[in-house]
Amino acid sequence: MAKVLVVTSGKGGVGKTTSTAALGAALAQAGQRVAVVDFDVGLRNLDLVLGAERRVVFDLINVVQGVARLSQALIRDKRLENLWLLPASQTRDKDALTEQGVGSVIKELRGKFDWVICDSPAGIERGAQLAMRFADAAVIVTNPEVSSVRDSDRIIGLLDSKTEKAERGQRIDKHILITRYDAMRAARGEMLNIDDVLEILSTPLLGIIPESEEVLRASNIGSPVTISNRASAPARAYTDASRRLLGESLPMTVPSDRKGLLDKLFGRRAA
Amino acid sequence: MRFLNLFRRRRSAPVARERLQILLSYERAARGQADLMSVLREEILSAISKHVTVERDNVQIRMDRGQAVSTIEIDVAIPHSAGLLLAAGS
Repeated sequence: MAKVLVVTSGKGGVGKTTSTAALGAALAQAGQRVAVVDFDVGLRNLDLVLGAERRVVFDLINVVQGVARLSQALIRDKRLENLWLLPASQTRDKDALTEQGVGSVIKELRGKFDWVICDSPAGIERGAQLAMRFADAAVIVTNPEVSSVRDSDRIIGLLDSKTEKAERGQRIDKHILITRYDAMRAARGEMLNIDDVLEILSTPLLGIIPESEEVLRASNIGSPVTISNRASAPARAYTDASRRLLGESLPMTVPSDRKGLLDKLFGRRAA
Repeated sequence: MRFLNLFRRRRSAPVARERLQILLSYERAARGQADLMSVLREEILSAISKHVTVERDNVQIRMDRGQAVSTIEIDVAIPHSAGLLLAAGS
């Protein structure tokens, strides 16, 4: 049974697209058939983060409007045969998306994939509401920082009122994914810690992604961090999060890339 | 002493936590309904303008949303000519 997951946050720049790509790739690596769908019409970036920017022919709006078939618009990842991308349009504006059109595309995707991951645009307007409209579950990407936590709270309110599931009186599964976490700074009281964020948002935790240079490196080369460097701390954190999405119960840890003293002295690098 | 102050200044996370708790308890309560403080502000202003003509620029409004109690402070500068109007009208 296919699951539609929206990756959302309200605030921009917290890591929705990075997390969509990393979770999508991790689920595909676990043998799941995954489609990642970019809802950021006009500002698409999921194609770039996945390294598929030169292969985009048709997009979500073309499919919604019947210009292209879904099978023509889906782009298969070159590294993972189970991972597919449905890109957003770069030119048209968000008004080109209709609720009915999005609903029928999601329904068709449900028939072909195990996971349909919708990468939401920032904000709480139409685009963000359409991205969450047909979701069964939501990943709310949150930085341990006041404006991000506040916006996550707004988004949780929308998930509980504006989704199809909520309107039918059902509950949408919500998970917090904390990104850019710095355990040292949190321990020193310079950054909101995990318990603070969870208590304030009273929503369960899916994972903690540590702040890491690997994330920027991955987007530089157009590869989800779970493919580019699977052993890195953020990749391990995303992989754990994806296993939790699959129902596994794992202890919550903050993976670290911190090098040992010997590594520091000799400047050794991980292969 | 200076060392202690330095140490204290670094722990900003508890401040963030408290600010968020107050703000969000307020925003959650206000979700889906008109903001009580804004309604009060508008009604008080319209009540005043029934009796005196005041420029919006001469009205200072301050709000402070606390965890248990919020305050609204309205400071209206009423020109002397307005007082004359009121006396003439009665």
